[in-house]
Amino acid sequence: MAAITAQNVTRIYQKYSSRHRFKTFKSALIKGDLFKGMKPDETVTALNDVSFTVEEGTAFGAIGENGSGKSTLLKIVTGIVKPTSGTVTVNGKVSALIELGAGFHPEITGRENIFINGIMLGLTKKEIHEKFDKIVEFAELEEFIEAPVKTYSSGMFMRLGFSIAINVNPDVLLVDEVLSVGDASFVPKCLDRIDDFRRRKKTILFVSHDLATVRKICDKVIWLKEGVIQTIGEPNRVVDAYLQDVAEKQEEDFEKRSRQQVVEQEAEYDENRRENRWGKREIEIKKTILKNMEGKEKHVFSPDEGMVIEVDVEAYSEIKDFAFGVGIFNSQGICCYGTNTILEELEPASISGRGKVILKIDRLNFVNGTYYLDVAVHKRDGYPFDYHRNLYSFLISSREKDVGIFRPDHSWEFSSDIRIKRTGEKD
Amino acid sequence: MLRLYNNLKGLYKYRVLIQNLVSRELKARYRGTMLGFLWSFINPFLLMVIYTIVFGLIIGPRDPAFGGSPWKYALFLFCGVLPWTWFSSSSIESANVLMVQGNLIKKVLFPVEILPVVVVISNFVHFLFGLPILLIFVPILGKQYTLFLLFLPLVILVQFVFSLGFSFLVSSLTVHFRDIKDILTNLLTFWFFASPIIYTMSLEAIQNSKILKLWMNLNPMTHIMLGYQNSVFFGEMIRWKKLGITFLVSVVFLFVGYYVFDKLRDSFPEEV
Repeated sequence: MAAITAQNVTRIYQKYSSRHRFKTFKSALIKGDLFKGMKPDETVTALNDVSFTVEEGTAFGAIGENGSGKSTLLKIVTGIVKPTSGTVTVNGKVSALIELGAGFHPEITGRENIFINGIMLGLTKKEIHEKFDKIVEFAELEEFIEAPVKTYSSGMFMRLGFSIAINVNPDVLLVDEVLSVGDASFVPKCLDRIDDFRRRKKTILFVSHDLATVRKICDKVIWLKEGVIQTIGEPNRVVDAYLQDVAEKQEEDFEKRSRQQVVEQEAEYDENRRENRWGKREIEIKKTILKNMEGKEKHVFSPDEGMVIEVDVEAYSEIKDFAFGVGIFNSQGICCYGTNTILEELEPASISGRGKVILKIDRLNFVNGTYYLDVAVHKRDGYPFDYHRNLYSFLISSREKDVGIFRPDHSWEFSSDIRIKRTGEKD
Repeated sequence: MLRLYNNLKGLYKYRVLIQNLVSRELKARYRGTMLGFLWSFINPFLLMVIYTIVFGLIIGPRDPAFGGSPWKYALFLFCGVLPWTWFSSSSIESANVLMVQGNLIKKVLFPVEILPVVVVISNFVHFLFGLPILLIFVPILGKQYTLFLLFLPLVILVQFVFSLGFSFLVSSLTVHFRDIKDILTNLLTFWFFASPIIYTMSLEAIQNSKILKLWMNLNPMTHIMLGYQNSVFFGEMIRWKKLGITFLVSVVFLFVGYYVFDKLRDSFPEEV
């Protein structure tokens, strides 16, 4: 049986407050069309024709960038916000971990707030009496329960809110990014409770940016982009597709940024800024391009990928003593790798006119981060013809979170007495 | 219409929540004060003292209805000021309540319609605290208890329904038009002086002017105030016909107020 069914749900928000519609207010009230007849440029479509079902007893995740409509979706399922069109039906008692402790009154004690909040969430007084000790214990607030809530720290506030909401014992639990505020000991406790829910075959709708947790606890994932469903299905597939999209967007951003940089730098070339570029340019570096192994121009690379650095040069007379060099630096200015043709025992013979130098790196093996390139052409003794310092940059982006500079190819193995669960994989 | 009726009936379903929210309001209001709940009695008492000094002793009653006694005039004033305070503070609080409790509307699934109800009821409880003060002063200030006191609950009921309707209307409209808050403050001052609270209806100036008389009769608060004054101060039969009509008008007003509230309800999460 479906616990949550959403059919063609669309939600349109106004960009501006309704105050400028003052004139039409009377007619709107009479006709009851306060939301109709607005121009499209005054509205934002937070959700556009979204349909899905969540089967009873499954955990359903929703991912997407900020502003993609995840929270609106959750609010519609809760019933806080009404869809502009379409329907949502929910079977069973819903409890939402959206804004913890939203109904707390600061002046009255924790105890009194538990009762009022519990009643707001649909418990009876008797049920709250029964669960009271459990709620206080889970929130770790035994000492403070008789103090007014205004004296609580934000962590205590959140713990109490979470504890009440989770003890409502709902059939459908809605979770929205609430775990990001808890401290290191409380978050695992919360995740435990959510896990417990899953084991008891309750339905969970989980909205999060924490993709590892989504992979771990969800049975099915929906990816929203600008209010439209991109993909819906098996968690690993959807999360990967989402990550792919994020990487592509990063690439675009980076390219835009570095193009801007190039324009700025060209202006600097004219002044011959010594910090970034120096040398008399008997041989000049005209252009440097980064490509992947397939020959596509790129700025964002995966560490498993290779990279091709193409340098266009021009010598204004015939020169016999020359060398090409490349250095890769990370954002702290540490040289991650450097080489030149002399070091690699490539004897120069002669250069004249235009030419192309290509350096192929089979596999980058760097950790995530931004890297800067030095490209230079110089004499054997180091006299620079044209030295470009940190003028080119690229980004290494991957899901791994390891640190350092270099990522050697590696793998973990454990003997059978060591039990290890890989997060990101289902238990 | 039927839906409206059912919705209003649905308020009954939330009675436990309403009850708890009202008691929260009352608890929170005096939390941290030394005298606590006593303030509910002290406030109206002090108000009564001030009115006696200013309007009874300094200005002096001109109306023959008081026979020149400042004490009786003070009692008369109190008869009207006490229920008026209930009405005006619930109206002003209602204008703010949806914004103040915006968190509940935006973040939690919450039956919004109970918020104005809680405002009216918690102010009603304060009114009830003031009522014994008023009644204690009846013999002290030279009047007698009469059997007509028994009509007091009827008058209170009429005012309750009227206040509720007004609160629904004001609270929902203020969400869209914040100006109402300021308009309301002024309107209430005007309304206070345009109702027979500090003067009696038998005043010559009113009886001689058709316009004033018409206004007085159209103003629901007139009949409600007269109800209090008749049953407590004058010890007369309430004008049951006019009060009855006022009650019907109040019921219609409640439906209109709730209708507007219901129509605007979906826009609250966005606008508050």
